[in-house]
Amino acid sequence: MISTETLKARALQIRKLSVQMVSRVNASHIGSSFSMVELLTVLYSHFLKIDPARPQDPARDRFILSKGHAAASLYATLAVHGFIDGSELEEYNLPGSRLLGHASHKVPGVELSTGSLGHGLPVGCGLALAAKRLGRRHRTVVLVSDGELDEGSNWEAILFAPHHKLDNLLLVVDYNKIQSLGNVKDVLDLHPLAEKFETFGWHVKEIDGHDVEQIRSALDNFAEVQGRPMVILAHTVKGKGVSYMENLLAWHYKSPNQEQLAQALQELEEQQ
Amino acid sequence: MDTLTRLAAEDERIFLVTADLGYSVVERFADAFPDRFLNNGVAEQNMTGIAAGLAMSGYTVFTYSIANFPVMRCLEQIRNDVCYHNLNVKVVAVGGGFSYGSLGYSHHGMEDLAVTRVLPNMTVAAPADPFETEAIVNTMVKTPGPGYLRLGKAGEPRLHEGPVELPCGGFLKVRSGQGVTILSTGGMLDSALKVSQELSRQGVEATLISVPYLTPLDQQGLLQVLSGSELLVTLEEHGAGGLSSVIAELLMETGTFIPFLPLYARGEIVSVAGSQEQLREQVGLGVHQVTARILEKWKK
Repeated sequence: MISTETLKARALQIRKLSVQMVSRVNASHIGSSFSMVELLTVLYSHFLKIDPARPQDPARDRFILSKGHAAASLYATLAVHGFIDGSELEEYNLPGSRLLGHASHKVPGVELSTGSLGHGLPVGCGLALAAKRLGRRHRTVVLVSDGELDEGSNWEAILFAPHHKLDNLLLVVDYNKIQSLGNVKDVLDLHPLAEKFETFGWHVKEIDGHDVEQIRSALDNFAEVQGRPMVILAHTVKGKGVSYMENLLAWHYKSPNQEQLAQALQELEEQQ
Repeated sequence: MDTLTRLAAEDERIFLVTADLGYSVVERFADAFPDRFLNNGVAEQNMTGIAAGLAMSGYTVFTYSIANFPVMRCLEQIRNDVCYHNLNVKVVAVGGGFSYGSLGYSHHGMEDLAVTRVLPNMTVAAPADPFETEAIVNTMVKTPGPGYLRLGKAGEPRLHEGPVELPCGGFLKVRSGQGVTILSTGGMLDSALKVSQELSRQGVEATLISVPYLTPLDQQGLLQVLSGSELLVTLEEHGAGGLSSVIAELLMETGTFIPFLPLYARGEIVSVAGSQEQLREQVGLGVHQVTARILEKWKK
């Protein structure tokens, strides 16, 4: 089993790569990318059965990043785990690159192109249902943002999954409490989110989404849940890991300048 | 649905998803293949996302609902999840045009052809009768990629004499004439036949072609058939952007000049009850109205 230290080190590496990518091309969404880094790290390092040498293996687990705007840290995660070459990250968002600003299925390891919100979970339900009907054992994991839960299509799927007993489907909510134009509680409050999922028939696990051991333990709990889907409500911090970004709406859009990049890298280095 | 049920017996990839519609239509399929049937509930966005996930897993998925629901309600799911990923999802809408006329504008399929035909990778077909439907469903099952099948209501008359040969993008000459050529798509073929009989009584022998495929379309084949035509009429139970636009684009892009009379519903929202034929008349697509428009243009 991979050590806690290695998971933490990988998360830091993914943050460093992500902030460099975003800063280089003056792109948005570093805050959204940072809030889910530990989730991605533990998913790819510990949980998902996906072989970077055979990313299309029919027996692979399926992972959909529904919050496609946070693609930077997904691409960095894929590079760290050997799906794409690390040097390709330098082309992120540059003309001609397949590393688009939103997650693209042209990149090995990305199942579904996303960007328009509320698409990942319905497709994930289809993948999970197909596995059930075909007697296949692979699992489907969908990661959504909290703001994304405003989309009604999610609630159609949230109603659907327990009805069809999709216990091979795992939903992870990156609950960072900030959406595009403000705090989630002010824009369209999700609270009480755990109770909502429970009422809909889901098995709910609430964790600190930056604590790699809590994430690992929640993911390991998934196998024990029978007869219904599971959701992990991961409480996270937008812009996690860089002092001047944390919990600030501006970093949904802003890109660090050279000075800010240097500070971010230094702060991340100090967390090593 | 009979065709689909028969095909599903031979092809275990075929899967049918409905959004809680299809009473007395889907039961045969559902009873025969419960493992490949899903009533997903009244939730078209989820239905289309699920269809994409099923298709990613190897199924050829038919989604099914009435009129605009499996198309408009989830257009973005069709665009992003299905067409972008070039998946085997075939969207089936019953109630094209005014088939469900008295139910009101929500149930009028007047924009679906325009909207679906511009989507990438999409095959769009509007069959005129059960023989065309059977041929198109057969072909769609064998043709990889997204498809849109626009049907009328169940129980349309059989207009062709028997099963038809209709390759993907193909069209069917129904009647041979001279000078005037009528291109009809979908359920308007029934009217178009009556129009051509009316014209004949008035001494004009029109050529009549059923054009079920809007995209792809055998453009070269069609241009060949059209050569010598002196008036080209398109006829469809749909608003702007459907067959009329397909043919206008073809003529313009190939520098083909034929006097052109596109007949479609010009943006008028019908909000009175009536039979399909009565509602066609409301928008100027009644048999006598169409005949008069053609004669007027022809005699100029």
